[in-house]
Amino acid sequence: MSATMTHPVAVERPTSKYQSFLSRRAGMMPTFAAVAILAVLLACAEAFLRGDFLSPGNISALLLDNAYLLILAVGMTFVILTAGIDLSVGSVMAFTGILGAQLLASGVPAWLAVVVMLAGGAVIGLLIGVLVQYFSVQPFIASLAGLFLARGLAYVVSLSSIKVEDPAILWLQTNRIRLGDWYITPTGIIALLAVAVAAFALHLTRFGRTIYAIGGNEQSARLMGLEVARTKVSAYVISGFCGGLSGLVLTAYSGAGYPRNGIGTELDAIAAVVIGGTLLIGGRGYVLGSLVGVFVYGTIKTIISFMGAEQSWMQIIIGSLLLLVIVVQRAIVARSERRR
Amino acid sequence: MNGARPLLELTGATVRFGADAALDDVSFRMFPGEVHSLMGENGAGKSTLIKAVTGALPLDAGTLVLDGEEVSFATPHDAQRAGISTVYQEIELLPNLSVAENILLGREPRSHGMISQRRMRSRASRILADLGIDIDPASILGTHSVAVQQLVAIARAISTDLRVLVLDEPTSSLDLDEVAELFRIIRELQARGVAILFVSHFLDQVYEICDRVTVLRDGRLVGEYLTRELLRIDLVHKMLGHDISDFKARQREPVVTPEAPVFLSARGVTAARGITAADVDLGEAEIVGLAGLLGSGRTELARALTGASRLDAGIIRIEGQTVHLDSPRKAMSLGVVYSSEDRRAEGILAELSVLENITLALQAHRGVFRRIRPARQRELAQSWVEALGVRPPDLDRPAGSLSGGNQQKVLLARLLALSPRVLVLDEPTRGIDVGAKVDIQNLVGELADNGISVMFISAELEEVLRVGDRVAILRDGRVVETVRASDVTVDSLLALVARPDEQEG
Repeated sequence: MSATMTHPVAVERPTSKYQSFLSRRAGMMPTFAAVAILAVLLACAEAFLRGDFLSPGNISALLLDNAYLLILAVGMTFVILTAGIDLSVGSVMAFTGILGAQLLASGVPAWLAVVVMLAGGAVIGLLIGVLVQYFSVQPFIASLAGLFLARGLAYVVSLSSIKVEDPAILWLQTNRIRLGDWYITPTGIIALLAVAVAAFALHLTRFGRTIYAIGGNEQSARLMGLEVARTKVSAYVISGFCGGLSGLVLTAYSGAGYPRNGIGTELDAIAAVVIGGTLLIGGRGYVLGSLVGVFVYGTIKTIISFMGAEQSWMQIIIGSLLLLVIVVQRAIVARSERRR
Repeated sequence: MNGARPLLELTGATVRFGADAALDDVSFRMFPGEVHSLMGENGAGKSTLIKAVTGALPLDAGTLVLDGEEVSFATPHDAQRAGISTVYQEIELLPNLSVAENILLGREPRSHGMISQRRMRSRASRILADLGIDIDPASILGTHSVAVQQLVAIARAISTDLRVLVLDEPTSSLDLDEVAELFRIIRELQARGVAILFVSHFLDQVYEICDRVTVLRDGRLVGEYLTRELLRIDLVHKMLGHDISDFKARQREPVVTPEAPVFLSARGVTAARGITAADVDLGEAEIVGLAGLLGSGRTELARALTGASRLDAGIIRIEGQTVHLDSPRKAMSLGVVYSSEDRRAEGILAELSVLENITLALQAHRGVFRRIRPARQRELAQSWVEALGVRPPDLDRPAGSLSGGNQQKVLLARLLALSPRVLVLDEPTRGIDVGAKVDIQNLVGELADNGISVMFISAELEEVLRVGDRVAILRDGRVVETVRASDVTVDSLLALVARPDEQEG
């Protein structure tokens, strides 16, 4: 049999570095597209606003203003990679925010309030995950139930805004670590840390690869002996936890808890994830893409408030951008299917 | 080899689905270093046997012995751990991950809890090199052809401690070179002492690669043979299985002009992989039987003639006019209708009533704006139910609750309500009881007497002969011959279908 061994049949060995890169990193194309979009946006803003836009202060503020959204997008990336969706995160953020504010107002120590907020988010995520995995409820429906539940709970806690005066919580927002004109707040660090931890987990652990495997083909993943059920539930728990974390960050950012916070924010998070190159069919995408997606979102918002235009333009632009991105992604997927 | 102990031995295996036994007291064994083929027509129990061996289905009775020890697998995963791996026809891999991950995920090399991509790649490339497959282990699986993906699936299977490899129709989507590549790998594994179960309906491939063949029919064991001792015609005989003496070609009324004006004529029809340059003529009020083995292109030809699949080449004429049947809808408007072999998936709508099932196609054909009045619908369905003898004659019963034969009659009624000129019936009698079979056969005869042209496809040769006026014989996607039914016997037809190698060069 060694005779056959000496004649390995060349089957589709990529010839150039470019081809080899394409065959290895085909899934990154949509994320590169997102980076390109961000670059174009920044360049346009710089040109139209006569060089006022790309200042260290503005860029630093971009992270500060969107830290809560970035954390939501990180959690959402896990869920979307498994080909699911989590509509509850905006409400979870509001619920944990108002719950934390209420606890602090009634004299609970800050560390305990934070733990309760994070755990509260994770429990709602667990509930959705169990519905999806063990009761075969569509993720859309299960997380819609989570949305109503969390929003209702937020109103139960308080119908009006509760001011937060705890110095430890406010420190997250007010403490600015400066480097020249650049600065970063603890909330920004938390958000970036979330991205880093997620990127590590998704790419270098079996858990993360199982997330991708479920999105690729759940049945195959199961046949390969991967822990499909546990991993899928975990994705929703992570998303819920991120909802709690972003509730904390938003409370620090606005200095108050408010039960009407984050109405529609889940859709902003989904938009950021999709613009960042994660495909809604699951299995393809990167959490770093979601970071880029949030910056695209934040940049558009900043440009519009700089120009003093109607906020509804924000939605029009994000909507058109989403359409464009989805069509481009569709084309990429169709092409990769044809190549087989 | 006969003296050696079998590596895997299944004894008295029985698997029941409800009252039906899909596998009935079947014994089956595999020897190390041997390629074993499992043969049988659709519904013979091949896939049930595979599932029983690989842990996907529990045995209702019987024992499975692996390497001298009795085992029972609760899941495919258990079977894999015991060294039994399966590569399915539908590739069960993850197109969005890298080749290396597809081979090793689940037992990937890790250090400090982290996956080491580098070590994973080097291990994967060793496994691939072992098989003589030269692809980049870091490339995304989905960027490769189906053939390569299949090889990766095999690489995954052999990266465990492999003792038994099951290949379920691995060649159905491969071209010739790719098949050769697969065979090279099979031979290599064989040399390592792996027992291989190779399931394919391509006789050539079975004879090329297999040492031993087990034939199943209707869930029962027909026998186990050494391939080199079994003539091709005998193999086909055993697969289709019948006692020749039992059957007589039905005495037909002499057809006045068997070469009645040709209604539908197809020339050089080529579609996808299934069928190449097929020529068929269908006369008015004529029944043409289509005979061929599984995989010979029976269904593909039927679908090509009825607009269900696109033609790559060829011309179809109806009453001398060239037509383009690019959709079933178009074909329907020209009077050509098709009944699929897969009654449950592509035919009957089990939750809808008999009434709705019958009137569905007609209503769809007329369009939403020309609704058939409910009273008229009922009248129409009633008349068909009576004409075809659907039992029970209850229009409001869900069609799924009828027996197979009666479901088939409902499907026929649906098509006949369109007043077709050509009826293409793909295995209309599969899986229905003998009485209903005869009903359907007689019905087809009556339809032809009423001027409808019928193409009748069946795996059962005697049925094709009994029903058809002429019989077109398909082999490897070509119509090799068309004969008058009265000129052939089941035996001579069998010879034509099987292409015994001793008769042709």
